[in-house]
Amino acid sequence: MISQSPSVVGSSIPRADAIGKVTGRTKYGADYSMPGMLWAAVVRSDRPHAEISAIETDDALGIDGVEAVITAGDIPGNNVVPVVFRDQPCLAENVVRYVGEPIALVAAATQEIAREAAGRVRVSYRDLPAVFDPRDAMTPDSPKIFGDDNVVKHWRIRRGDPTQAFKTADIVVEDTYRTPYQEHAYIEPQAMLAIPTSGGGIEVLGAMQCPFYVQWALVEVLGLPYSKVRVIQTATGGAFGGKEDVPSLVACQAALLAMKTGRPVKLVYTRREDIRSMSKRHPAWIRYKSAADKTGKLLAVEVEYILNAGAYATLSPVVLWRGTVHAVGPYRCENVQVDAYAVATNTVPCGAFRGFGSPQILFAAESQMDRLAEALGMNPVEIRSRNLLKMGDTTPFGQILKESVGSEEALDLAVKQSEFASKYRSFPAESKNNRIKCGIGMACTFYGVGLGAGGAHLARTGAFVQMLADGSVQFAVGTTEIGQGMETVLGQIVAEELGVTADRVSMLPVDTSRVPDSGPTVASRATTMSGQALRNACNPIRKILLEEAALTLGCSGSDVSLARGYAADDRKEIEISQLAARAIKQRKHLASQGFHVAPPTSWEEENGQGDAYVVYSWATHVAEVEVNTATGEVRVLKIVAAHDVGRAVNPQAVEGQIEGGAVQGMGYAVMEHIPMENGVLQAEDLSTYIVPTSKDVPDITSIIVEHPFSDGPYGAKGFGEHPLMGIAPAVANAVAHAIGIHISEIPLIPERVLAAMGK
Amino acid sequence: MTLSIIANGRRRTLETPPDRRLIDIIREDLHLTGTKEGCGSGECGACTVLLNGKPANSCLIWACQVQHGEIVTIEGIAPPEGLHPVQEAFVQEGAVQCGFCTPGMILSSVALLATNPNPDREEIKHALSGNLCRCTGYSKIFRAVERAAESLRNGK
Repeated sequence: MISQSPSVVGSSIPRADAIGKVTGRTKYGADYSMPGMLWAAVVRSDRPHAEISAIETDDALGIDGVEAVITAGDIPGNNVVPVVFRDQPCLAENVVRYVGEPIALVAAATQEIAREAAGRVRVSYRDLPAVFDPRDAMTPDSPKIFGDDNVVKHWRIRRGDPTQAFKTADIVVEDTYRTPYQEHAYIEPQAMLAIPTSGGGIEVLGAMQCPFYVQWALVEVLGLPYSKVRVIQTATGGAFGGKEDVPSLVACQAALLAMKTGRPVKLVYTRREDIRSMSKRHPAWIRYKSAADKTGKLLAVEVEYILNAGAYATLSPVVLWRGTVHAVGPYRCENVQVDAYAVATNTVPCGAFRGFGSPQILFAAESQMDRLAEALGMNPVEIRSRNLLKMGDTTPFGQILKESVGSEEALDLAVKQSEFASKYRSFPAESKNNRIKCGIGMACTFYGVGLGAGGAHLARTGAFVQMLADGSVQFAVGTTEIGQGMETVLGQIVAEELGVTADRVSMLPVDTSRVPDSGPTVASRATTMSGQALRNACNPIRKILLEEAALTLGCSGSDVSLARGYAADDRKEIEISQLAARAIKQRKHLASQGFHVAPPTSWEEENGQGDAYVVYSWATHVAEVEVNTATGEVRVLKIVAAHDVGRAVNPQAVEGQIEGGAVQGMGYAVMEHIPMENGVLQAEDLSTYIVPTSKDVPDITSIIVEHPFSDGPYGAKGFGEHPLMGIAPAVANAVAHAIGIHISEIPLIPERVLAAMGK
Repeated sequence: MTLSIIANGRRRTLETPPDRRLIDIIREDLHLTGTKEGCGSGECGACTVLLNGKPANSCLIWACQVQHGEIVTIEGIAPPEGLHPVQEAFVQEGAVQCGFCTPGMILSSVALLATNPNPDREEIKHALSGNLCRCTGYSKIFRAVERAAESLRNGK
């Protein structure tokens, strides 16, 4: 029988890791233990800015069961956890710069003893003047946290002549926008286990997105060669950017104690410690000015974008860069001035979070589009259609779009599915005399896939693939499964390449010793980058299978197809498992490494022009809300999300990203925030930091648009971050539609909504 | 104290301080690491187990409170080689992403379906409101519970 099979790529097969996760067998960082293992705890600053005058460890060391207490002076290598710059110490030395900064480490026989001993390490401080607001930190007389002006990074875009365009434009709208901290609230707190090796090296395993970042930090802090530092990712219980750079800190903390004691050391953060000291989405202050002509053509945009970086640079320079590139949104605009600043303050360092500096600025950009439309008497769809970037257009940063631009299709489908036009007309009249008012709003967004010019030096990936004697396949990559479904999707790609069924393919644990440095698992890059590296790795294996099949079937290799576990020409077929057994018996090499380097990108720093990213994903979000005008409560009822993803390798996984991103975005829009007072976060647990529960979930409709990308596996583009990005502005625009008032700060909590309505 | 409990159908007797948390007994003494700690204060539901048939946050329960009690963890709802219909439905509907909330979510669902074999969407949302999920947006979890309810009603 000749098998005509549907392709593996493009089908919604169940997740490869689902059975382990539903049975509780999957092991996360905190689930690993070792004989002789010690537990760690971290001593942290309770001051936002102070000199350390003394650290007394005798009390802690005197507790039965305490094995070691470490301070900065005990670090064998460099006291630096490198990210973009090298300003962040592993343990504070002389000065602390934020509440929660690590000062000392304790190892003890149990977690209880370690935590008790950490509480008994006495740190004496001499307080220094502190600064908490980034705009205060930019003033000349502010205390200096970073360099001589606290500006961690300034990016700009200069295009055309905005000043002239504002003078002659028919319509100009301007406002100042503010966005809050967003806490990742991954359900698994940070966890790491460090094991000293017999060769004087270290093995570290735990929760992380970026094993090669962790390895780099360990090399620095322990003063070991790369060859003696091995990092293994365990199953990771949610990340969203919150396990991008900060696990390097956790790993170094556990590893320092492991090297000092010669014993395995496990470190698991408490939820409070995690919220207090780990990275978050940067709070932002944005001044945004836009101009249009009578026809709705966007003429000019001028933006000042300020992020609160916190006490150290960490990822802020690149978070800010993505925000800068996305500042205008997915529109044509010939006159642009963007000045973006990440500014140091005495607060917890902010970092990566799904969208990476773009959700803040897109909230402002897409609010502005609605205000322009209102001023012109246009509807929100018209003004967006009028300006939306299409194939062949030039972006506000001077890049010509050459392929895979599904912007219009995403807009059209989302508008139709949501019945935007009719609801936009009917809602105001329908709820005119009601206390509860309905509104509908939208946002169009784009997302630069991968690291782009901001991280081009990291834009490569390695892979390893091996077919075994029974035709089953193992593969390894350097990017990580963090819940997004990478393991499944990459398994589908390998299965497709080698003609086996997906259940015959297994991913090996991600381990820095298996493949070369593959960069971080960020920027929605795992499917495209590791997918391409795996295809490269599959090529020589596929070639051997085709040769073997041709010999066996008595045909030419070019007539053979590999699918569904069989090699076949138009008459006969043979099981691939038999071909594999035969090839291995003949001493053929059925294993291969693959490597992929991203196509070139560019960025000219002076004017902010260049081919910023290789390709873009495109989306339109529509949100329907009801606003209780008596209480100020906003309920998001429906979300329609249309995404151009290039090619959906696994449509169910794509939907999962859309639904999860929508709800996370809804949290950002209406409930999630952390007030900060004098450098102290005022929410430290999940009863004061409120994330959406099952009862808050709106009805979500996912629409998949596929405009293939030539350098993505089977046309796929990265998009995992994108589902969050347009939600806040779509919801805010819907609220404005409901109550007739634009609110320029999120989240849209009841007190803010009431205040906006003058109540 | 000498604690005697039935865990996943087996009687267990162990020495433990009376103020030890049930989650620590489960994870460290019984080596059942499928029960997860997400917050330690009863807010996230990742540590949900069935205590005498009802869902409970095992991080908030002391050893002395469970004497002679019956505990079911994620490892105990199906035979080793099989899946409970709720587990099967979570797999099929794509209701799992990072998986850290999954054991608790499944146990809360099992408890719901034991008392309400045909819950509507609102009842499902209510039953799961103590279990936080940060990945899925919950939608596929709701569908999984509905699917499991149907298979259980059909005697699968």
